[in-house]
Amino acid sequence: MKNDRKDYLLPLRVIGHILRKEFLQIFRNRGMLPLIIVMPFIQLVILSNAATFDVAEVPFHLQDFDRSALSEQLVKRFTSTGYFRMTGESFRQQSGIDALVGRKADMVLVIPRDFEKEMSGNGYGRVQLLINAEDGFTAGVVRAYANDIVAGFNRDLPLLLPHMTGLSAVMPVIDIRSSGWYNPELRYSEYMVPGILVVLVTIIGLFLSAMNVVREKEIGTIDQINVTPIKRWQFITGKLLPFLAISLGELTIGLLIARLAFHVPMLGSYGLLYIVATIYMLVVLGMGLLISTMTDTQQQAMFVAWFFTVIFILMSGLFTPIESMPHWAQNLTQMNPIRHFVDIIRRIMLKGSEIQDILAPLAILAAQALLMLTLAVVRYRKVSA
Amino acid sequence: MKRFIGFVRKEFFHIMRDRRTAAILFGMPILQLLLFGFAIRNEISEVRTGILDLSHDVVTKELTDKIFSSGTFVATGALNSGKEIGKAFASGKINEVVVFEPGFAGKLQRDGSAQMQVITDGSDPNVSRIVTGYTGSVVREYLLEKAASSGQPTGVEAVPLMMFNPALKSVYLFVPGLMAMILMLVSALMTSISITREKETGTMELLLVSSLKPVQIIVGKVVPYLLLSFVNVLTVVSLAFFVFGVPCRGSLTLLLAESLLFIMTALSLGIFISSVTNSQQVAMMISLAGLLMPTVLLSGFIFPVASMPLPLQAISNIIPARWYLVIVRGIMLKGAGIAVLWKETLVLIFMSLLFMTASVRKFSERLQ
Repeated sequence: MKNDRKDYLLPLRVIGHILRKEFLQIFRNRGMLPLIIVMPFIQLVILSNAATFDVAEVPFHLQDFDRSALSEQLVKRFTSTGYFRMTGESFRQQSGIDALVGRKADMVLVIPRDFEKEMSGNGYGRVQLLINAEDGFTAGVVRAYANDIVAGFNRDLPLLLPHMTGLSAVMPVIDIRSSGWYNPELRYSEYMVPGILVVLVTIIGLFLSAMNVVREKEIGTIDQINVTPIKRWQFITGKLLPFLAISLGELTIGLLIARLAFHVPMLGSYGLLYIVATIYMLVVLGMGLLISTMTDTQQQAMFVAWFFTVIFILMSGLFTPIESMPHWAQNLTQMNPIRHFVDIIRRIMLKGSEIQDILAPLAILAAQALLMLTLAVVRYRKVSA
Repeated sequence: MKRFIGFVRKEFFHIMRDRRTAAILFGMPILQLLLFGFAIRNEISEVRTGILDLSHDVVTKELTDKIFSSGTFVATGALNSGKEIGKAFASGKINEVVVFEPGFAGKLQRDGSAQMQVITDGSDPNVSRIVTGYTGSVVREYLLEKAASSGQPTGVEAVPLMMFNPALKSVYLFVPGLMAMILMLVSALMTSISITREKETGTMELLLVSSLKPVQIIVGKVVPYLLLSFVNVLTVVSLAFFVFGVPCRGSLTLLLAESLLFIMTALSLGIFISSVTNSQQVAMMISLAGLLMPTVLLSGFIFPVASMPLPLQAISNIIPARWYLVIVRGIMLKGAGIAVLWKETLVLIFMSLLFMTASVRKFSERLQ
């Protein structure tokens, strides 16, 4: 009786023991530790730079059938702006296509015979652009570059064809000034780095937790835990906290790198960011532990975890904008925790959003965290696989 | 030989008996392809645009109509003052604001030049840039039409022809990348885990003292995954063709042969990983961090290699998927033959040989 009263802190002490065991296990594993710590940061640095759609110096192939002073002027416009780089020239239709197929060029500029004659005659002429559209996005950018150059050429036509009357009135100009708010230099890394940070903590958290319980099943130590008086919620909590600590630690180093190496601004508050991150990690870790309790082998657990990660990442708006998805898919992404955290971290860091701006996605994350953890505790049974 | 076949059968049963893994193994490629085909795009189809018209004249009216009739832009209502712009962006309900300066038509008539401003949400630079580009081309078109109808000379017109993918569908771009990713997953990741699993549980020792040669054990482990991967290639290619109309313009035989080669590369990578480590967790982390993420991001799957900074372009050369992607896109979209793709093929062959020799070395070291 006396003992019972004295030990109302016992549940916490039990968790303390599990925590100690987990931390020992994590730090004892010499193979894993460097991977956990080093890999994500190499990736952050490399991948944030890789994830860009910028199109620079498009290689193009020239087929100038006119070979006139005017066509030469036009070609010069293409080569001198820095948008295009000439990689070859030919006078046979097929060689242009061959250049595209052989990846020597992404665009073929075809200037027809009599280009100059027609231009001087009626002030109108056509050139053809064969654009490699394997990647529709890049193709669109290439077309836009080419159009810009041609528009500039047209503006200067009165100078190039002075004998041509009427050209002086060539087309009025609408001067378009563009500006991108929040990120005026349109630097892609500012947008990508926070998103990739989310992916890194997600992968680390999800996989470590998903492989954890199932590993104990595989090597048989789960039976030893099962015969102790540890309660289910204590077990899950003890498993959860170390991974939470690791993930948040990882996030911290990631934020440092974002700040120092990528100069990503932090317009919002770190406190808010960490609160959101903690709630988000509870969703992820809850999911991992749930997977772990439901599977029988590490291979299986890893595979299930990978399956969900891929789907979640692809549907998160990280790499491709959510707005370009059809509406039904946009609605589906509401269930995706990665989508919400990516959205929130971008808003906090780049736009300085306050808590009232992100209440809706935060509520969804909190609900998901609650659901996942409850499920993980309920699904964990004290029976061996 | 009979023993070997028996071993391969055992491995097969191992994989197929695990229903969950088997379901994911076959279901994942299909689901991902459907996602990529139906949901994930990198083109922007709906630009929510607000107009701040400080001029309210004929030209701005015409331009506004022109913008919204193109199908890409969706009106979110007119704005009345510059102050409303900030609020509109903060709410996240808008992608773009177009501002016409006061006296727009007059200036255009008188000075031959007028100003408009295109403001976008730059926190996504990609969308921002495309949206600005779209708007610019609508305006250019408007001016061209105006000039043409008044009989003015319009200068040079560049007529673009989108080769290989005229409808600019992003599924054309994603299918090859998806194949590479799935093959990496099934071949490299699954193989490395399945071999390290035998090591971890100690059953590898049992296999080694059996009458099977070490080579036979490894080959036996690998064959089922090779077949699975190949089935996945067939699934993806036929689904892409029948559901999304992604063509195979080159030789199908060549495509399958090259896929087989890539599977071999991935398998030898998987074997190599399992020869370096004894723990499933480490094998998994190496495969995930070292293979899958780079396969998604550095191979040109989503982000073009040519857009990357030079050091990364150099690194992308050691990623097998980068070469496989060039091959698959070449064959499927451009109808390229081996005459164009021999270099990429050689690279893959070389990589496979390299990893195989390295792992044979590692394994024999351990056996002694």
